[in-house]
Amino acid sequence: MKESALLEMRNIHKSFPGVRALQGVDFTLRKGEVHALMGENGAGKSTLIKVLTGVYEKDEGQISLEGSVATIRSPQDAQKVGISTVYQEITLCPNLSVAENIFIGRTKSVYQNWKKMNADTEKILQSLDIPAKATQQLESCSIAVQQMIAIARAVDMDCKVLILDEPTSSLDEQEVAKLFKLMRELKAKGVGIIFVTHFLDQVYEVCDTITVMRDGKLVGEYPIKDLPRVQLVSKMLGKELDDMADIQSEAPKFERKEGSVPVLEAEGLVSDAGIKPFDFHIDKGEVNGFTGLLGSGRSECVRAIFGADRVLGGTVKKDGKVIKINKPLDAMKNGIAYLPEDRKIDGIVGDLSVRDNLILAQQVLKGFFRPFSKAEANKFADEYIKLLSIKTASADTPIKSLSGGNQQKVILARWLLTHPEYLILDEPTRGIDVGTKVDIQKLVLKLASEGMSVTFISSEMDEMLRTCSRLIVMRDRRVVGELTGDDLNQNKVMGTIAGGDK
Amino acid sequence: MHKEMKKSNNGNFFSRIVRQQMFIPIFALLILVIFNIIMDPSFLEITLGTNNLGNPVLGGYLIRILDNGSEVAILAIGMTLVTAASGGQDISVGAAVAIAGSVLLRVLCGGDTRAETLQSPVILAFLVSCIVAMLFGAFNGVLVAYFRIQPMVATLILYTAGRSIAAWVNNNELPIVSEQSFKYFGGYIPGIPIPTPFFIMLACVIIMCLVLKFTNLRLYTQAVGINENSSKLNGLNPALIKVLTFVILGLCVAVVGLIKVSRNSTINYSVIAKDIEMDAILAVALGGNALGGGKFNMIASVLGAYVIQLLTTTLYKFNVQSDALPAYKAVVVIILVVISAPTVRAWFTSMMKKFQTKEVA
Amino acid sequence: MKKKLLTMVLSVAMVAALVTGCGNDGSTTTTADTAATDDAAADTATDDAAADTATDDAAADTATDDAAADTATDDAAADDTADTASSGELIKVGIINNNPNESGYRTANDNDLKATFTEENGYDASFSYSNVNDEQIAYAQTFIQNEVDYLLLSAADTAGWDSVLTDAQNAGIKVILFDRVIDADESLYEASIVSDMEKEGQTAVDWLKGQGLESYNIIHLQGVMGTAAQKGRSAAMDAAAASEGWNIVTQQTAEWNAETAQQIVQSVIDSGQEFNVIYAENDDMARGAVAALDAANISHGVGKDVIIMGFDCNKWALQELLDQNWNYDGQCNPFQSSYINDIIKTLESGGTIDQKTIIMDEKGFDATEITADDVEKYGI
Repeated sequence: MKESALLEMRNIHKSFPGVRALQGVDFTLRKGEVHALMGENGAGKSTLIKVLTGVYEKDEGQISLEGSVATIRSPQDAQKVGISTVYQEITLCPNLSVAENIFIGRTKSVYQNWKKMNADTEKILQSLDIPAKATQQLESCSIAVQQMIAIARAVDMDCKVLILDEPTSSLDEQEVAKLFKLMRELKAKGVGIIFVTHFLDQVYEVCDTITVMRDGKLVGEYPIKDLPRVQLVSKMLGKELDDMADIQSEAPKFERKEGSVPVLEAEGLVSDAGIKPFDFHIDKGEVNGFTGLLGSGRSECVRAIFGADRVLGGTVKKDGKVIKINKPLDAMKNGIAYLPEDRKIDGIVGDLSVRDNLILAQQVLKGFFRPFSKAEANKFADEYIKLLSIKTASADTPIKSLSGGNQQKVILARWLLTHPEYLILDEPTRGIDVGTKVDIQKLVLKLASEGMSVTFISSEMDEMLRTCSRLIVMRDRRVVGELTGDDLNQNKVMGTIAGGDK
Repeated sequence: MHKEMKKSNNGNFFSRIVRQQMFIPIFALLILVIFNIIMDPSFLEITLGTNNLGNPVLGGYLIRILDNGSEVAILAIGMTLVTAASGGQDISVGAAVAIAGSVLLRVLCGGDTRAETLQSPVILAFLVSCIVAMLFGAFNGVLVAYFRIQPMVATLILYTAGRSIAAWVNNNELPIVSEQSFKYFGGYIPGIPIPTPFFIMLACVIIMCLVLKFTNLRLYTQAVGINENSSKLNGLNPALIKVLTFVILGLCVAVVGLIKVSRNSTINYSVIAKDIEMDAILAVALGGNALGGGKFNMIASVLGAYVIQLLTTTLYKFNVQSDALPAYKAVVVIILVVISAPTVRAWFTSMMKKFQTKEVA
Repeated sequence: MKKKLLTMVLSVAMVAALVTGCGNDGSTTTTADTAATDDAAADTATDDAAADTATDDAAADTATDDAAADTATDDAAADDTADTASSGELIKVGIINNNPNESGYRTANDNDLKATFTEENGYDASFSYSNVNDEQIAYAQTFIQNEVDYLLLSAADTAGWDSVLTDAQNAGIKVILFDRVIDADESLYEASIVSDMEKEGQTAVDWLKGQGLESYNIIHLQGVMGTAAQKGRSAAMDAAAASEGWNIVTQQTAEWNAETAQQIVQSVIDSGQEFNVIYAENDDMARGAVAALDAANISHGVGKDVIIMGFDCNKWALQELLDQNWNYDGQCNPFQSSYINDIIKTLESGGTIDQKTIIMDEKGFDATEITADDVEKYGI
């Protein structure tokens, strides 16, 4: 049965200097369909979305909407023809109110009825169960709420095509469920939804059709029932995937040696980011993790260890000796490395080249008056680009033009270059394709087996369970438990997080 | 077949040049020079004469441009760094030059406005003015870096108060230096026919290039300018680096103060280096540097400074009516800034490509 | 620790800046005493124009043109003090001036006012400075609220004064304009004491005419376009060039700036055009022009290749005249205070002012005639 096509993209081409991002891609979206767009990072998903929404101009090809050819040269054009987008990174204005964000750029007259606008906003927020006020400044909402507001804005614009680009990567389960409910409602109304995500579970929960892309080319379009997970993953990677479960069995289990001194030990550590004082220790070669709901304080804990927030109290010992960490440089000098949670804000230095981004931390450690020579810097860059198989046109390419996963790899390389004794990875796999996720997990276990201590934080429970031998559980900004050995299973962790079994 | 290959290579070569940051200032310089040569072939002439002290001096438009553009070029060095690190501009440099010059004269003349002989060596006076200018730079820097005031607003304080402070340093008197050797810095050293400011500018550029080569100043300022959070997590102290750039600008200010004061052997607090901050900022912009901070190209800024001077000289040369002078300048500047806008350059590149494919076809 | 240190350094710097800001006023008041002698000298310069309007004896004394005048003015001032002291009250004066750092002219002007409107002379004077019209108007409103007796005003801009001056009139405050005129109805102020810039220019141009050169090839360096001084001084030159057939080689604004003037003259030299007169609308620009000539080894001054003309009579400029490096300098008299003093005294004693606009006497100096005494007396 050929359903009526809502949106058709035919033979889309797009090139950037040095990269052919899209090569003859076709894409069809039907009415009342949730259509997953899958592919590794750098496969061209984001570019395709940006072409569709007029952010980029296509080099070649044709886009038609409801049978007639649509010219989309700008995001405004896209909005006009009924294509709305919620991007992976929030693109609202943090210094405006929630209502202003929802209505910005949409009023036709010069006059703005503020009262009505705020009232309308309250209605929308209520209908979507978003815990925010219309007059609240967007900045003061959590990232998850901001994301929901972005969706609310798109939904409210009576769109025919709704594009959700990684909308769930910063939402917790309840919020995701709410979003899915919303998606189903929209679907029933005949809206076509393009859903870009890395969460396979979510794809199978909500989608009807899957289009898979790889290396800027179309792999194929499949009804969801015809494409089991394993096949989907193998199509995305272009090879048969080692079963993820293998990772764990490959890795040697960490055994704590009796009487050994922890590599790092903290007592009563507290920072100005609003966490309760906590104790922490990690041994040589151990992989542990902080787990808990979003906002439970797991990132704040590791930031306190690294000196990223202002440390207010507590003692830190390294190899049994007391050290002082007031700022990141102190931590770095003591062999601690920290890959921050928000890659875009805290990680990459966007306009700088891959090379400069890669050597930055090691260069700072080396000192202001001792810059690396160009040859040295290039050597490091080439070495790590190869080691982590970073996909970049060259070491001179600005990091911001890389895909998210490759950016993350560069940041990881930056810290590996400093040869840390203790590596903190805060959400290293967020917004990253399956292949890279597995790579990073493998790498973590490999590094640990070589004697590095690693703290691993992830929103994905199974990732944590696979990699960590000890989990520190957080709830409401305090440490509520520590799980090891047989306790490391989903139910136990969930129970501890929820705090029900006490 | 071969011909086609060559053509497309040329096209690539050309579009590669257009994408280069240095393209804008060089292109602007070339256009202005060509315009001048067409209008007046004697533009490139350089003459050797003597000044009233019997020293050999070179004359001609080119020499004048090199001479008079020095101050803006030197300030552009510091302004580039401040722009890169703080994402804003220091609008107080003109006032700061007045202070530096005033301090210099105060030390030179020792408070006596008509001192027949210098009360202290020039080098001492210069060092004192350097320290003062760097302190004022640090003051601006601390406001920007630690108190997080927008650079333009923070430097507005000194912009407003600077010339009064300069006047106060010398009790509102106008010291005049009669010592001839003091004129060397803004004029000519006996026996050397090239204006000294040009050498001073050259020295500043060379020193800065060496500093950029042998320290991490470039990497640090760029990193701080692009992503402060990330820089901090990589062990940098963004505030300190911002202050550092303002202090370096302070040093540039002191050097310019020396040249300016030496040119006239005196100072006029209200007009010395007037509006020079705007020229310095413009030089940075014409150099194709983003005024929002981040990556920078020092040499491009210096070239930008000479574009401005070339433009000024050209306008004087063609005796543009006084009332219309700023308008002409504005028009040219607008054209240059528009050309250097990324969107226009992208358009230009794509046009080149289309042109090229058509030709091949 | 470092942060603390930096904060300390910063606060010290801020305090220093504050002190300089305030200290500036302080220093000008302290120098006011020394300026008093200049002021006295200026008083001697005042003559008929002031005498015409003056009705009391003290002002008549100032018209005498010799050294004795110094003591005469002092006596006059002493008499005034006695007068007002007997009436038991100081005359409240609010003075709105341009920033004294603006130029040597303004510094001299401010010092002159400060030396005259003192308590000893029977005045309670408040000063405020701005080069911005809006701020000046705000100051005027403050003065009106403070119920001053007289408002002395040197307006930054000619327009926008009507309403605030009407307010002043309604409050019974008398307004006297000095140095600059405004676009407002004459009834709103008692008098305006101004320099006639066109006359200054005319005097200079007449002098130039008198030189009887074979040909006139003139570089005309203008001040900031649109200012009264620029308009007046340019107008005279433009008119003369048209009527006498003088050749203006170049006419450019150097915006009162020496360096810009130097660049413009250099540009003319580089172009190879002939010139034998530099008409600069202030001393700084003349100085810059001379620097360009020196660098090109072109002789200037009395009996040399190029005639140098400047304005404002800075002391150093008059010294150049005395050394015969320059040829002419036109005066722009900054010493209005004695005129104002006379008017206030007249009004206080119930007299009337016959003439609204009082034009100050201004000279032009020729290098061949100037004396060392002139330099001391008229230099600002």
